[in-house]
Amino acid sequence: MLDAGSSAPLTLAPPRSQWRDVWDQFRTHKGALIGMAVFFALVALVVLGPHLWRYDPNFIEPDAMKMIKSRNQPASLAHPIGTDQLGRDMLARMIAGGKVSISVGFVAMTISICFGTFVGVMAGFFRRLDGPLMRLTDLFLALPLLPLLLVMVMLFRDALAGVMGPSLGTFLLIVTAIGVTSWMQSARIVRGEVLALKEREFVLAARSIGTPSRRLILRHVLPNVVSPVMVAATLNIADAIITESALSFLGLGFPPDFPTWGRLLFDGLPYLQQYPERVFWPGLAISLTVLSVNYIGDGLRDALDPRIRGR
Amino acid sequence: MADGVAKVLVEVRGLKMYFPITAGLLRRKVGDVKAVDDLSFDIYEGETLGLVGESGCGKSTCGRALLRLYDPTAGSVHIGGDDVANASGDALRTMRPMMQMVFQDPQASLNPRMTVADIIGEPLQEHTRLTRQEKLARIYELMDAVGLNRAFANRYPHAFSGGQRQRIGIARALALNPRFIVCDEPIAALDVSIQAQVVNLLEELQDRLGLTYLFISHDLSMVRHIADRVAVMYLGRIVELAGRDALFDEPLHPYTEALLSAIPEADPGLEAARERIILKGDVPSPANPPRGCNFCTRCPKVMDICRTVKPALAEVGPGRLVACHLHPPPSDRRPTAADEAEEHPTRRSK
Repeated sequence: MLDAGSSAPLTLAPPRSQWRDVWDQFRTHKGALIGMAVFFALVALVVLGPHLWRYDPNFIEPDAMKMIKSRNQPASLAHPIGTDQLGRDMLARMIAGGKVSISVGFVAMTISICFGTFVGVMAGFFRRLDGPLMRLTDLFLALPLLPLLLVMVMLFRDALAGVMGPSLGTFLLIVTAIGVTSWMQSARIVRGEVLALKEREFVLAARSIGTPSRRLILRHVLPNVVSPVMVAATLNIADAIITESALSFLGLGFPPDFPTWGRLLFDGLPYLQQYPERVFWPGLAISLTVLSVNYIGDGLRDALDPRIRGR
Repeated sequence: MADGVAKVLVEVRGLKMYFPITAGLLRRKVGDVKAVDDLSFDIYEGETLGLVGESGCGKSTCGRALLRLYDPTAGSVHIGGDDVANASGDALRTMRPMMQMVFQDPQASLNPRMTVADIIGEPLQEHTRLTRQEKLARIYELMDAVGLNRAFANRYPHAFSGGQRQRIGIARALALNPRFIVCDEPIAALDVSIQAQVVNLLEELQDRLGLTYLFISHDLSMVRHIADRVAVMYLGRIVELAGRDALFDEPLHPYTEALLSAIPEADPGLEAARERIILKGDVPSPANPPRGCNFCTRCPKVMDICRTVKPALAEVGPGRLVACHLHPPPSDRRPTAADEAEEHPTRRSK
């Protein structure tokens, strides 16, 4: 590369796709690779699991005697991680719960990050919108969230359930509720970054070229706020999963017999002394999800930064 | 530049750039920072106009207002016949290709997340409909023009030295074949050895492409090297505008005299004998400039009239404009036939 001036004929590679470089860098980040493997394993478990482990997560023995015998069983071949206080298979419940928890986590995170970034960029970039949008953010930060969620669920649950069926309706409602109440942090972070970026000379240079604001934001501003957004996003997933379980615990989320990881965690809590594994497994699943996503985000953030990529 | 037939490319009239000062709970406007206060000058096609002055006198603001990176408070800027200062939206966008800018800090003026090819290609992306192949060919051509190795096209700005980065910035400014380039202290952030390279590159490009520069700098020796005419700014106003040799040989305005006396002399014998004019006091705040001449608070030759009447920039000799009561415009004298014949184009020649 360096002795291009020498007589050797030089064949110029056409500009490489940036995403190849990003992937090359991502592969060098061990934590990110392990995180990705763990995360894909978890996703595979909840997607393929129901086809391999054909237990109904809500099956309770109809016969009272059998049912009492099937309660609180320890791990065995029939029930690899035991049964719960009603004799339901814990593995099947973990698999079914994972599907809901992971989707809630991701969809709620996406909503909150997209909305937060949008508000942050608008407020930071357009001076006129700054005041109104940031006051709106303050307003949301000052709102007591739980009562707000309560009201939202009370008002809309039945209406949505009527239109889209109880589980999808509840899912949408919960995801929206969590997304709408957790975007403020990322909006504030993004606004601060955009305010600083806007004054940088490369943004002025783009403006002197005549780049319209829309493309200026997409080309120059957004790629440079990726790092903080990525961190906020990975933390938001964990928050969303936990908030969902809190909502379910209060009876505002999914119905009580509907398994989610957060729900299983709360169900297991009273039995912590006798059957600690009841809390251990859902807790482990949540932690693994959050941790693996965190590492993936870390690796992505590094891979997207050319200054780190060069090393 | 005294050939009298040169065409005016950039015509600035009464350019004002005020930044409002707000205070209090309701952000009420309490005053203005008069960063650029009533500038009028012309730049001829193919010339380099040097713009010098101390830090904070409004040089950069002037350059940015010319290119409409700021919306000027008042005044007009005609570049190649189009009124840039008052154009709006799409009209302005179609004027953008003819005027470009080279920035001071090559580190900050390049997006760290774009490759060199993307950075140089951005103007092409915005204003042309070239295919990918044609665009790449043009990018390579520009890289050749500024002396960058083509093999660097896929690298990111952090991998380059300051001089190379400035070349990338120059290549980007050249991409659309502009006629007028504002160089906003393009060499201030560079090593001395690199400064010469970049200035020579700018001169070479000017010869080859017929560019017109507004060269903003506080490095007087560099301005003497590159500029054809020089404008001296103090506190938002031009105090003197003249041909380079005339200005450096015989400065008329006391501020210019003081400024030029600060140029160090290479010869130690001369250096010892050099008489420095040391100005006392500080530059007044541009939010609250003196009532009379802006320079009256520090001028060693201050007179009573200076404190009450602002001197206008007026032509005192062929191609020499000064805003100073010491040098009254020739209208006070009787204009002779010879004066009329020699009338320099600075004011009225289109």
